[in-house]
Amino acid sequence: MPVTTATLGGERHVFPDLRALLACASPRRSGDELAGLAADSEKRRVAARMALADLPLSTFLTEALVPYEDDEVTRLIIDGHDTAAFAPVAHMTVGQFRDWLLSYEADTATLAALAPGLTPEMVAAVSKLMRNSDLVAVAAKIRVVTAFRSTIGLDGRLSSRLQPNHPTDDPLGIAASTLDGLLFGVGDAVIGINPATDNVEACCTLLKMLDEVRLRFDIPTQSCVLTHVSNSIAAMEKGAPLDLVFQSVAGTEAANRGFGIDLALLGEAEQAALDLKRGTVGDNVMYFETGQGAALSADAHHGVDQQTVETRAYAVARAFRPLLVNTVVGFIGPEYLYDAKQIIRAGLEDHFCGKLLGLPMGVDVCYTNHAEADQDDMDVLMLLLGNAGVNFLIGVPGADDVMLNYQSLSYHDVVGLRHLLGRKPAPEFESWLMRMGLADSTGKVPPLGRDAAPLRKLLAGG
Amino acid sequence: MADDVIALDPFARFRAATRARIGLGRSGDGLPTAALLDFQLSHAKARDAVHGTVDWDVLEEQLPQPCIRVKSRAGDRSTYLRRPDLGRQLAAESAALLSPGDWDVAMVVGDGLSAAAVQNWAVQVVWAIHMRLNGLKMAPLVLADQARVALADPIGEALGAKLSVMLIGERPGLSVADSLGIYMTYGPKVGRRDSERNCLSNIHAHGLSPAAAADKLVWLMTQSLRLGLSGVGLKEETPSLESGADPVAARLSHPSD
Repeated sequence: MPVTTATLGGERHVFPDLRALLACASPRRSGDELAGLAADSEKRRVAARMALADLPLSTFLTEALVPYEDDEVTRLIIDGHDTAAFAPVAHMTVGQFRDWLLSYEADTATLAALAPGLTPEMVAAVSKLMRNSDLVAVAAKIRVVTAFRSTIGLDGRLSSRLQPNHPTDDPLGIAASTLDGLLFGVGDAVIGINPATDNVEACCTLLKMLDEVRLRFDIPTQSCVLTHVSNSIAAMEKGAPLDLVFQSVAGTEAANRGFGIDLALLGEAEQAALDLKRGTVGDNVMYFETGQGAALSADAHHGVDQQTVETRAYAVARAFRPLLVNTVVGFIGPEYLYDAKQIIRAGLEDHFCGKLLGLPMGVDVCYTNHAEADQDDMDVLMLLLGNAGVNFLIGVPGADDVMLNYQSLSYHDVVGLRHLLGRKPAPEFESWLMRMGLADSTGKVPPLGRDAAPLRKLLAGG
Repeated sequence: MADDVIALDPFARFRAATRARIGLGRSGDGLPTAALLDFQLSHAKARDAVHGTVDWDVLEEQLPQPCIRVKSRAGDRSTYLRRPDLGRQLAAESAALLSPGDWDVAMVVGDGLSAAAVQNWAVQVVWAIHMRLNGLKMAPLVLADQARVALADPIGEALGAKLSVMLIGERPGLSVADSLGIYMTYGPKVGRRDSERNCLSNIHAHGLSPAAAADKLVWLMTQSLRLGLSGVGLKEETPSLESGADPVAARLSHPSD
């Protein structure tokens, strides 16, 4: 695209290229301002959206934001594009695409069939024309179902990652946080630890510990140590009981190089995990985290706004059939998302964009202490995402992660949201909760007395 | 007896093993009032630490050597939080206060993300370092407002020091709001990478003591001056930034300060 212009009230706004147009159309956020990419006035922001609304969707198939020759993520996006799947919307502009997504015609089956025909840039573009409630309404129509030992993403379900982090990886401390979460019915998506000591040996120790807990109570879920993919490969070579391979991914080849990965390494890890055949009801073996600002923080954003470059990370994730993907939306700090307004918006965008591209999208609803946000704001985002049909949320004891020093949701939040919205955990896990006496006959997980039998059973074994 | 204890607090036997907020109890699906307010108090302390200001006058009275006061180019806290790049640059009027000398070490105390950390720990740590110096030539101590870690680069460069050391308030968590960190860089100059620094973190009441931090730092300074480098080259004995010692940085982004 050479130059786009929009005239608003006699004022002419010029956008020199597609990257500038997308950046200026983005809702205001500190990361784009830090990068010098944001619109410098509210009028210019709307002018960019008006120009973007008139842009043909197919433009994104011919105009690469990051050069094809320089970037394997661009090549993955372009080479993997499914023209037949794209056909139903191929004639539309970005604005028409928004109207169509909201229409009754775009139902669950139609959107599932469309996903391989969409590129991250198309999805990012249309999200910039949507209000928060649009992002919720369209995402709620999309179902992405994945499975390993539990089935995640089914209609009427809301899964959760149990995150029992500990500042020194103390086994008893991790076990305590894990058992506490199980009592709330949390952990059906994964029991996942961010290790404090990040090496192969520590990874193997934690994997064995988590697997012992799982086997002792016969829990239909999967565990994960969120270490670098190369550590996971080494752990598998040593025979560690590894269910899921974790990796942080970003939207450009250069940013992924900053993480010490490329597509080939991810493919190698996926194959190694598939070869272990540890899944019982499915074989999705990858777990990815992403987040707006990751590419900019690595100085690898190629002049692309942070929301658009984030969606390119979903193309990376999509190539490896993940069980779980979540954005760590408020984790990265106020230089990228300044306050609750920006965090909430970004959380909804990331969830919508991931789902539209066909990803099993979850969100770490979270913030740091130097962002302008608090637990009330997390309540708002959690309630919005619950209504948007988010695949899973993350829970930590009392919302306080004592290792990563930030706040996520609490176990209480997860159980409360399920009960409020009438959502249940993964079916295999729900049956287990009933067998353990933790869930009642309606599937709810009520408070337990201090000496209730299920509580004694779990804690005595811990 | 054991059964009675479990009946009072089923998590009793775990509490010594973790500071995580386990076994909080439930009011329906919500938090009991006491747990709710306890969380809010911890968050309030963390917020006050981020948005508080260091009383540099009080600090200077207790420090062992003359001080120079400087500011970064981030004029206020809101700008500081949005623009880490400005927190790494010296304000023009501050640069004029620094002149080169024959120094081994330029030591800087910066507010960073926790004024409380600096107020509570900087004096003890500076004294502990001074008592272990063994004849190293120390430039005048610099006190820096709205500072990021890399502000030590232009300061050390302007003072002509072989080594810069930044004592800085770390991002507060709910469990600790006043944790101090130390970053050491050989050959300080604008543009040094984080992988060229060595880091000692978690100096607070439940973490590394000022004396232990000073022991480690003086060892690092001596090795750094002897070898003429810092960062990953020294990582065998102590963690550097790039070795993944900081799990927060390792999770998704690159260190923001």
